[in-house]
Amino acid sequence: MTEQDPQGTPEVDSGRACLEMRDLSMWYGSEPALNGISMDVQAQSVTAFIGPSGCGKSSLLRCFNRMNDLIDGVKTSGSIKFYGAEINHDPIDVSELRRKIGMVFQKPNPFPKSIFDNVAFGLKMQGYRSRVEIEEQVEWALKSAALWDEVKNRLKDPALALSGGQQQRLVIARAIAIKPSVLLLDEPASSLDPISTLKIEELIHQLKNDYTIVIVTHNMQQAARVSDYTAFLHMGEIVEIGATDQIFLNPVHQQTEDYITGRYG
Amino acid sequence: MKHISEQYEQELSQIRDTLMELGGLVELQVNNACSALVTHDVTLAEDVRDQEPTVNQLEVEIDDQCVAILAKRQPTAGDLRAVVSVMKVITDLERIGDEADRIASIAIDFGDLTQPDDQYADFRKIHTSAVKILKRTLDAFARSDVEAALRVFEDDEKIDRAYNKTVRQSIAAMQNNPEEIERTVRLMWATKALERIGDHAKNISEYVIYQVKGKDIRHADRTEQQWTEQLNPSKSIDN
Repeated sequence: MTEQDPQGTPEVDSGRACLEMRDLSMWYGSEPALNGISMDVQAQSVTAFIGPSGCGKSSLLRCFNRMNDLIDGVKTSGSIKFYGAEINHDPIDVSELRRKIGMVFQKPNPFPKSIFDNVAFGLKMQGYRSRVEIEEQVEWALKSAALWDEVKNRLKDPALALSGGQQQRLVIARAIAIKPSVLLLDEPASSLDPISTLKIEELIHQLKNDYTIVIVTHNMQQAARVSDYTAFLHMGEIVEIGATDQIFLNPVHQQTEDYITGRYG
Repeated sequence: MKHISEQYEQELSQIRDTLMELGGLVELQVNNACSALVTHDVTLAEDVRDQEPTVNQLEVEIDDQCVAILAKRQPTAGDLRAVVSVMKVITDLERIGDEADRIASIAIDFGDLTQPDDQYADFRKIHTSAVKILKRTLDAFARSDVEAALRVFEDDEKIDRAYNKTVRQSIAAMQNNPEEIERTVRLMWATKALERIGDHAKNISEYVIYQVKGKDIRHADRTEQQWTEQLNPSKSIDN
């Protein structure tokens, strides 16, 4: 994982690294948000970012698919490699990058269309024309998102009629329909009830067989439950990154221990 | 640093306080049981036996408090290790209480006997060592003191050696003095109880190390020196 901390953290395994950051910094105008981040995200695993509000975890997540480009005054420096290809500097095809690195936000944001059309939307944008092929993909995506059984008889219903938890799984289905390589989840369960949260967590567990998942969460128990690796960020820097079991049982740094045991501040 | 939640802080210190209360009670039980045995004080021995339910009750009480913290607070890292350690330590303390009960029951059997010539000299020595090791392991727990915990390992080995020596001497004594066989056998059982107390004290020290260092050293055969080397360096302090 990170090269900055020799104590207690796993070795860098560049063979399986999906995303590699080196000395990544970011500013909102003159305000620094990330300061010299160096770490790897392992392929087909779940990496969780934890840390207090304003620590930079969502900013870091948005670097991975260049979502920060959409915010005025954002500057970045350093390197992010996606399977070895630099993505932090132009020229790159940003929409192709976002197809490969999908994102799901805190609040479910289905389009005001039918359930079916929500999932088919990205496919049509990708140029799929065959009705049969689209139907197959939609069914596959809804099944992968563990939503199919609940919606298969009402695919034409408006997506907004679904419950919050169902909407979030629909949004995940929409994200995976176009077969991305990475899924970025920014607080995906924070607006959901405990049962829906568990369903999303179960889904994350299943999806990691095929996708690399990076999740930002304020819920530390959720990070402990779903992730393989956990990174603790504070004031734009990575304090500690390691195997989740180690971070939650015996973190190397006192600052991490204070945060995860609720002694922060 | 303290928890943001004052209530959580109180719950954690509550289990530690109750555990120290249990530790103190068990220590007293061991001391009284041994005194009762060497002085043939049946009343004191019966007192020890009467206290046993209190030890059991405290064990259950602490267990309940730990389960409540696990359920409500989902402790992590050092807090989790502290709660898990307490749950293990109380089992050993309760068993030390059982050993004290065993010694007390032998003390009651000895009530009608006359004092032996040696005044139970060997038993008294092992008793002193057992009380010392128990005190040291409880202090190590209270202060999260890894070095004191490591010294307990050595103390336990000394008790084991002293016990083995007593067994050999007892066999010789039984051969030379057949009319004392019954007393000698019972005294050996009481000494065995002290030896077991040393083992439980060692277990408690292992949990101290687990709690502080996050390392499970049970079932590993190493010298104190090797442990000292392996358990350092300590956790890095940020800021």
